[in-house]
Amino acid sequence: MQCDYAVRLDRVSRHFGDVHAVDDVTFDIYDGEFFTMLGPSGSGKTTCLRLIAGFDQPTRGRIFLHGQDVSGKPPYERDVNTVFQDYALFPHMNVADNVGYGLMIRKVPKPERMRRVREMLDLVQLSGFEQRKPSQLSGGQRQRVALARALINHPRVLLLDEPLGALDLKLRQQMQVELKAIQKKVGITFVFVTHDQEEALTMSDRIAVFNQGKVEQIGTPEEMYEKPATAFVAGFLGTSNLLSGEQARALTGSAGAIAIRPEKIRIFGADEGVAAGLQSACGVVRDSVYLGTYTRYLVELEGGGDLVVIEQNLDSRMRTRGERVKLAWHPEHLRRLG
Amino acid sequence: MKASLGLKIAAFAALLFLHVPLLIVLFYAFNVEEAAFTFPPPGLTLEWFAVTLRRQDFWRALGLSLQVALVATLAALVLGTLAAAAVYRTRFFGRETVSLLLLLPIALPGIATGIALRSSIGLLEIPFSFWTIVIGHATFCVVTVYNNALARFRRMSKSLTEASMDLGANSFQTFRYVVLPELATALLAGAMLAFALSFDEVIVTTFTAGQQQTLPIWMFSQLTRPRQRPVTNVAAFIVIAITTIPIYLAYRWTSRDNQA
Repeated sequence: MQCDYAVRLDRVSRHFGDVHAVDDVTFDIYDGEFFTMLGPSGSGKTTCLRLIAGFDQPTRGRIFLHGQDVSGKPPYERDVNTVFQDYALFPHMNVADNVGYGLMIRKVPKPERMRRVREMLDLVQLSGFEQRKPSQLSGGQRQRVALARALINHPRVLLLDEPLGALDLKLRQQMQVELKAIQKKVGITFVFVTHDQEEALTMSDRIAVFNQGKVEQIGTPEEMYEKPATAFVAGFLGTSNLLSGEQARALTGSAGAIAIRPEKIRIFGADEGVAAGLQSACGVVRDSVYLGTYTRYLVELEGGGDLVVIEQNLDSRMRTRGERVKLAWHPEHLRRLG
Repeated sequence: MKASLGLKIAAFAALLFLHVPLLIVLFYAFNVEEAAFTFPPPGLTLEWFAVTLRRQDFWRALGLSLQVALVATLAALVLGTLAAAAVYRTRFFGRETVSLLLLLPIALPGIATGIALRSSIGLLEIPFSFWTIVIGHATFCVVTVYNNALARFRRMSKSLTEASMDLGANSFQTFRYVVLPELATALLAGAMLAFALSFDEVIVTTFTAGQQQTLPIWMFSQLTRPRQRPVTNVAAFIVIAITTIPIYLAYRWTSRDNQA
């Protein structure tokens, strides 16, 4: 059956007693995209993933995979595979048997199984590790085995549950690039769960931000960063100055909540002129932190409220604490939040 | 930390206290005297081994004990594993109580278990037989398997079974290819301990056996016969061998497993 989505969640809820882990969530994941579910711990993103995998069943709502209603079906009747946070490699099996497990279950003859295992290990750059036990591998290597073990079954959707969480920063950044490359190569829909906003921005085609069991906003990384729909999204993806009430009124004339990114604000001397088309406000530097490539200022506005401002260190002139400054920005960068 | 001299002496004394009687039993299996134990023995002989091995009642008792231990251990393996899986995997009303009740037979004095079983068996009008002995032994054999299996279940990552199902295996295949191999050494250790416990059990057996004599009971009955005393020592020799070897192997297997 032809359809334009790989996964569809239709008004899905999962309640644990009084806790609404996932609360009336509806969205589509398109075929072939790298889709990230981003949110703090307890926001429902992992529960959502487990519902798609079939480890857990929704309290209400339906889940579709490629047009087929899979609600209520066990994991082994769903054409998805999972890379687990703790990798979940079988400790008593060597790498080859781990990777070939899905094929062994489907009774693929041994010669073909071995050939495809070699192919997969090649893809994740672990050729020659066939006979090792998981306990003899490093964290990064286990991660690759887990990936190979899932991908060898050619699932239509690959679910990844914070797979990079246990790796150190350098390895994590390397794996981000590699995962993205592997996804392009195999062309499978990736559904990725993380709480790391930078990871989400780096890898995703689209991001869904979760908060308290609900989806706050879905969009491309750029949309999410440049046009956050809610204060939560603005604060969770990168940093943002959030103002509301009287402080917002002083800048925009209305009391609705607003958000503006620190790097979108330019900083001038109090008496300097500002280009036409920019909005501006005056304030006093309360704090400055020199961070090498840029300097971060905390500016107290005359109309009330603080703004964090980031200025690239194009020249080495620092604003001093107590100095009066003028802040300016494009009106379009000042986001009114719903 | 280095142990003080006093501690070393105390530890050595405790070891002696525990093991010298065993050595005496083993040693007097070779004694030429047939009724009294004098020290040092007037002479050493292998004759009692020959005498013991010729006695039909010895072989009957040994055979019965081995059979009972084997069947009780098998029953314990099945029941203990199932109970551990149930207690580990699901939350149900009274779960903690069930766990406690399973452990109770090994904590209760055997005499209480024994009399309780005897009354129930009498009440149900089941004739005393091989099977009543097996049932009696299974009550405490289940515990050792259950304990080992539960500890292993708790160490096993829950995502292992999920990963297996995710890769297409149904519940049975998951048990066969993932859970059982992960449990294997724990079950083996539990089974060996169960076997050893059953093999030399006296108290519960006295209450649940009919006319049959298991090896320990046979040995006890031999003490009342003044002649051929070293026969019991030879039997003890064999019992020690049969029980310590599996316990030693279980210890080796599980400790190696814990290091990995």
